[in-house]
Amino acid sequence: MIDLLMTPLEHAFFLRALAAAIIVGTVCAVVGTYVVLKGLAFIGDAISHAAFPGVVVAFLVHGPYLLGAGVAAVATALSIGVVSRRARIRTDTAIGVLFAGTFALGIFLFSTINGYVADLFSFLFGYLLSTSVDDLISLTILAGLVLGAVAVLWKELLYATFDPLGASASGLRVDWLESIFLALVALTIVISLQAVGIILVVAMLVTPAATAQLLVVRFGRMMALAIAVGIASSVVGLYLSYWVDAASGATIVLVETGAFLGALALGPRTGLLGRRRPAAVAEAQAQQA
Amino acid sequence: MADDPIAGNGGRVVTTAGATRAPDRAFDPHAHPHAHPDERRLRTVEPGLDSGHARAHADVWLSDVSAGYGDRIALEDVNVAVEAGSLLAVVGPNGAGKSTLLKLMAGLIRPWTGRVEVLGHPAGQQARRVAYVPQAELVDWAFPVTVGDVVMMGRYPALGPFRRPSAVDRRAVAAALDQVSMASHVETQIGSLSGGQRRRVFLARALAAEPDVFLLDEPVTGVDATTQEDLMDLLEAEARRGKTVIATTHDLACAAQRFQRVLAINHRIVAHGPASLVLDPGVLSRTYGGHLLVLGGDAVVLDDAHHHDEPSGRERHFHEGGGHSDGQSSTASRRTP
Repeated sequence: MIDLLMTPLEHAFFLRALAAAIIVGTVCAVVGTYVVLKGLAFIGDAISHAAFPGVVVAFLVHGPYLLGAGVAAVATALSIGVVSRRARIRTDTAIGVLFAGTFALGIFLFSTINGYVADLFSFLFGYLLSTSVDDLISLTILAGLVLGAVAVLWKELLYATFDPLGASASGLRVDWLESIFLALVALTIVISLQAVGIILVVAMLVTPAATAQLLVVRFGRMMALAIAVGIASSVVGLYLSYWVDAASGATIVLVETGAFLGALALGPRTGLLGRRRPAAVAEAQAQQA
Repeated sequence: MADDPIAGNGGRVVTTAGATRAPDRAFDPHAHPHAHPDERRLRTVEPGLDSGHARAHADVWLSDVSAGYGDRIALEDVNVAVEAGSLLAVVGPNGAGKSTLLKLMAGLIRPWTGRVEVLGHPAGQQARRVAYVPQAELVDWAFPVTVGDVVMMGRYPALGPFRRPSAVDRRAVAAALDQVSMASHVETQIGSLSGGQRRRVFLARALAAEPDVFLLDEPVTGVDATTQEDLMDLLEAEARRGKTVIATTHDLACAAQRFQRVLAINHRIVAHGPASLVLDPGVLSRTYGGHLLVLGGDAVVLDDAHHHDEPSGRERHFHEGGGHSDGQSSTASRRTP
């Protein structure tokens, strides 16, 4: 058993992949907590698909993929709001249009490249084990940026998420916070692209936070538990994929999905096994009745 | 204001005793450049009478305001001045523009025409001195925050992004929770509170912000009689301290008994003045149109079939999960379905 855990660690590529998985798991859980509470899972999916043309363009001009993906993702994130306001259409309609349009642009550009391009293809599904030292440095810087921004703005983001009207009326710039937050979602997706790929990145963002929401009823605990679920799933998933020689991104997402289903089955409020409730909730309900 | 019964009956300036201002508010009634016979007793400010005077005295001042959503007009021709220290009820039928009026004052929406000033500045600029409490239906009660967390949010704008809540903030939160008798629930998740307890918590959040102007959307809707009395006692005390309290309500009995002044609206201002003068059957039938029955001399019964709330306000009536939506609240809904 010890060997099973220690042997992969002898490979430098596995250590780099493990470090990347932990960074991605942490950042996704932190930002994902707000994404889940805001009900923005669909926007996360749209932004991740919109990063694709950026990656292809970066590949075509031999630029850094993180820059290409970052510019495309942030631009799409910010234009969703502008398009829905200008065109006076519902936000989900604006997302649907931009989501499909930008992804189509990516496929169009991709199809003009002659021959099979393995590097680019891995962005659709992720390939953690190819993480380089340079990748790791970029990931760490971007992750620091996102976590730093949340550390500064966590309570403003919390108030604006919970009660946007009350927050706006009391002087918080809710419109700015919204734009900053969408940019953070875009950066988080860029950070996660190499780990799980464009198609599955929304799971990294949403599933750990959704799992935590099933189990706890306080914001701080929800985020802490989401981080724990995110990191644990990334590590377990990476090991599993190594042992059975499967795609690392898909394995990590499967582990997260398993954790969610487990929480759903065993959780105190949704659990199928018994009707146990936390003391605080039960007490409050007794007082209400 | 030709159809204003208060202005029409010669009662344009109504005086009441005890209109003194709390010393903690920087206010000089002589700061504006014209004389007035008896500022200290002045209570009613009719904008049509002397607009400069009304504006100088008002904490909240609207001039020729129209507003709406998309291409639908919700309010027009609104001229109103609310003096500091007022306890004002905004009444009117469902969809009359009550919430819109409050959102204009809170700076949440901009008027199509006209001007909205709060505390002497365009609405929204003095936001940290204003506390706004939305309708209960607009809040996600499943959100993972406790009573203490919600009340602490009232302190966030003044703290700014880089400061964490200090002992001073925690004391303010504890004091506000004490005022609304919710101190023992500080660790309770908001979803497990009753409707009355939820309104208490949101009023505590407003109190914790220590504002000069309270803008409350339906603060006593769907709460039990005890909670209504407690909340009104608190609001009355704030008004006595010189704070301005403006609340929408469907409860005409509460408006009549607990508010000094009433603003009756139905897309336009129907009447504005002391509760006893505005809440008469003539004004109310013009405010509520066909939804009002006049019984005998002064008893009125609301027959507002479209509305989701009992007008008496004595029955519990909650909307779990935000399922309710009318014309006004749907435009303010924060989630995209």
